[in-house]
Amino acid sequence: MRKLLIKGGTVVFSDCVKEADILTENGKIVKIAKNITDAKAETVDAAGLTVFPGFIDMHVHLREPGFEYKEDIASGSAAAVAGGFSQVCCMPNTDPVCDNAAVVGYIVARAKEVGLCKVHPIGAITKGEKGETLAEMGKMKAAGAVAVSDDGRPVMNARIMRLAMEYASDFGLVCLSHCEDKDLVDGGVVNEGYNSTLAGLKGIPRAAEEIMLAREIILAETLGKCVHICHVSTKGGVQLLREAKARGVRVTAETCPHYFTLTDDVVTGFDANTKVNPPIREAEDVEAIKEGLKDGTLDCIVTDHAPHHVDEKNVEYNLAAFGISGIETSFALSYTHLVRGGVLSLCELADRMSAAPARILSLEGGAIEEGAVADLAIADLNEKFVIDSKKFRSKGKNTPFDGAEVYGRVKYTIVDGEIKFRA
Amino acid sequence: MLGKDLLGLYDAAQEDILSILDTAAGMKKLLTQNLKKLPHLQGRTVTTLFYENSTRTRCSFELAAKYLGAGTVNISASSSSVQKGETLIDTGKTLDAMKNDVIVIRHPMGGAPRLLAKNVRASVINGGDGMNEHPTQALLDFYTMREKFGSFKGLKVAILGDIKHSRVAKSNLFGLTKLGAEVVMFSPATLMPQGIDRMGAKIAHSREEALAGANVVMGLRIQLERMHGGLFPSLSEYAQYYGVSEEHLKYADKDCIVMHPGPVNRGVEFTTGVIDGGNSEINEQVLNGVAVRMALLFLLCKNRQGGSENA
Amino acid sequence: MAEERILLDSAAVARTLTRLSHEIAEKNKGTEGVCLLGIKRRGEIIARRVREILSEAYGADVPCAGLDIGMYRDDLVSGYFVPDASVNELGFAIDGKKVVLCDDVLHTGRTVRAAIEAIFDLGRPACVQLLELVDRGGKQMPVFADFVGKNIPAAGSEFIDVRLKELEGEDAVGIRRDR
Repeated sequence: MRKLLIKGGTVVFSDCVKEADILTENGKIVKIAKNITDAKAETVDAAGLTVFPGFIDMHVHLREPGFEYKEDIASGSAAAVAGGFSQVCCMPNTDPVCDNAAVVGYIVARAKEVGLCKVHPIGAITKGEKGETLAEMGKMKAAGAVAVSDDGRPVMNARIMRLAMEYASDFGLVCLSHCEDKDLVDGGVVNEGYNSTLAGLKGIPRAAEEIMLAREIILAETLGKCVHICHVSTKGGVQLLREAKARGVRVTAETCPHYFTLTDDVVTGFDANTKVNPPIREAEDVEAIKEGLKDGTLDCIVTDHAPHHVDEKNVEYNLAAFGISGIETSFALSYTHLVRGGVLSLCELADRMSAAPARILSLEGGAIEEGAVADLAIADLNEKFVIDSKKFRSKGKNTPFDGAEVYGRVKYTIVDGEIKFRA
Repeated sequence: MLGKDLLGLYDAAQEDILSILDTAAGMKKLLTQNLKKLPHLQGRTVTTLFYENSTRTRCSFELAAKYLGAGTVNISASSSSVQKGETLIDTGKTLDAMKNDVIVIRHPMGGAPRLLAKNVRASVINGGDGMNEHPTQALLDFYTMREKFGSFKGLKVAILGDIKHSRVAKSNLFGLTKLGAEVVMFSPATLMPQGIDRMGAKIAHSREEALAGANVVMGLRIQLERMHGGLFPSLSEYAQYYGVSEEHLKYADKDCIVMHPGPVNRGVEFTTGVIDGGNSEINEQVLNGVAVRMALLFLLCKNRQGGSENA
Repeated sequence: MAEERILLDSAAVARTLTRLSHEIAEKNKGTEGVCLLGIKRRGEIIARRVREILSEAYGADVPCAGLDIGMYRDDLVSGYFVPDASVNELGFAIDGKKVVLCDDVLHTGRTVRAAIEAIFDLGRPACVQLLELVDRGGKQMPVFADFVGKNIPAAGSEFIDVRLKELEGEDAVGIRRDR
């Protein structure tokens, strides 16, 4: 059967970084050692490169079915492997909403046809993401859903959220909560503070996020169930999570590169590519997010990859769609700002981008060890480049990072022992 | 040096503001004498593109353009057409294709003039965008202050009313701090935006503190929809605790001037006695508005033709 | 400052204005129907002097006013400036009158063109005659003066300086070469 030999790379293990060759066979890692030779194996020369476990993005929007003009499973998968991701979990806010086994099944089948990265659908918590009645979680799980979420639309009714946490646990599914109190948001488009006043754009207070985050913690704590908090953006949110985790609450959390790399100074130019929900916050939040990633309060880095058509961004700031096309810049931004920035070690970065999501959703992968699935991302950490949205594989060119200089170019992405991306 | 557009005063240089005011002084002299039209904008077209209702700003710009010999076109788009109709950029490009020279835009959303300016050849003047800026209103306010006091140094300007939603308050703040005046603001806590103190405004904690020794007392219009949005309980309560009466005006400097961008809610921001009293410059502001807008149109068009040194 | 040569001294200016006043009366067979418009500011002063002389010599009360041509200049658009102008209120009607337009120096003729436009905004005179204290040549318009105090052909680089008592404290006309 197919064999692949990755030679001469620096391998990021869960507890150390060292040079080793990796041999894969039938989609599994079969041997890790120095100086492996195998005449029958296809060889990847990884000299000077760094080998990570394939990245896992548990929060992306692939837009199919329904919004193929923004992105589809094929373009989204191509973008994912270009970003070093071997697995992605796609949110259910499609049209129709992914709130039943048929849509879950469609996405699974379509992703297999495309055959680049592994795509795991996330089912809706409630039918139509309307926040009213629970979706068929059992059937969706059977069809391939790995979690449930009403992402993009918070479950405003606390009773429904309570029921969701309880019911989802019967099927081993985690509720992923998009925390946003709509009444407090009240039409806001950017972080509320100095810059929202300066730009004259309506602000979204941090409280809108933190109040619901606190609600989820209280529900999970009283029910003894688990919950995962999506895209944490505030200092207060990190603090709430840190205290909850210390008490033993079964809560996990994620954040995105734009929350630890940007401050809301960027919105004063009215570039709609900076419009994202939750909004980009202030310097003290950025620092808190980094601390949260360092001490594990924030378990993982996701992209919240939210591709949009250019016409949805090239309009008045208030009218523009929320979201950043982030899957192709996530690794370089994270490596540049967190590892080069002295916040995380390479092992910790690999944990936040791969092992932690695998743990939270009970997915394969996340570690480089013999017997593990052969999902790998190989990058040149010394390569400096300028982010150019025109070169994105994603249909969504909406990024506030266009023109930013970063380090860490993904050179190969290997999924189940096959090279799916080569720079 | 004034560029192609005037989008706000946050980015404007002090000398640009002063040059507009100086030019406006010449314009006002011509205007008050009822002299014949100036020929400077002959053969040019100024379009007012208003996505919000406004009589006075639109009228003021239109007259200013006509006094300079320009042709004017008015486009009124309802706020709802912002979301449903043609995109702003497409509208701008259409006007460009028709060889329009200046677009005066009023829009309910902050940043819209900037988006337009980036995408059109025409000069864009911000006639008020959402909660962002209303530079020409502030410039006419400055003109009125300078005419009365001669200079901005040491002037205390008290701004009272709905600061949070006021583009006028912000443009005034940005400009006045550059010109050397002191700005004090007062409003209900629900109508005070975050971070405005870090932009140079002093926040007063009482009406009396705000007015104490003020040379300029500026009221801002209270929009009824803010009451409906629950930001304050009633107009009468507002008037009682935040409005300014002749009695309150005694805290201000005796030679103070009373200003308001209009339209005024009589008995809410100011009592009728204040509006029609001897300190009121509210009507003079309107005349100054035309002069300032003439000056601005003149200077922007001068820039467009590259100016000329043989004057 | 370059060396100045005096061409008309105080007495000469007085003699010239007296002669020009009499020429007006001669050409118009008296002062009936004549009015004087002086282009601000020096032309207006000259017009008032002429009015005095006509009054003394003929006992006539000739209507006289200053004319602001700021709004009528042809270089407003090319030069792009805001003129310091005021509205023309003469205090008398010029319809059917013989208007004598007074100015200090005739050079390009553009000032006179602007003045004629200003006059026709005020009414329709029977005729417009032109009085110039100095004609220095260099015309760019088909404009000729009816009454000329002194012809002083001057090069473009030379400057004719007309000084009047009301403004400079002395009456004199000098010529100097500008640097």
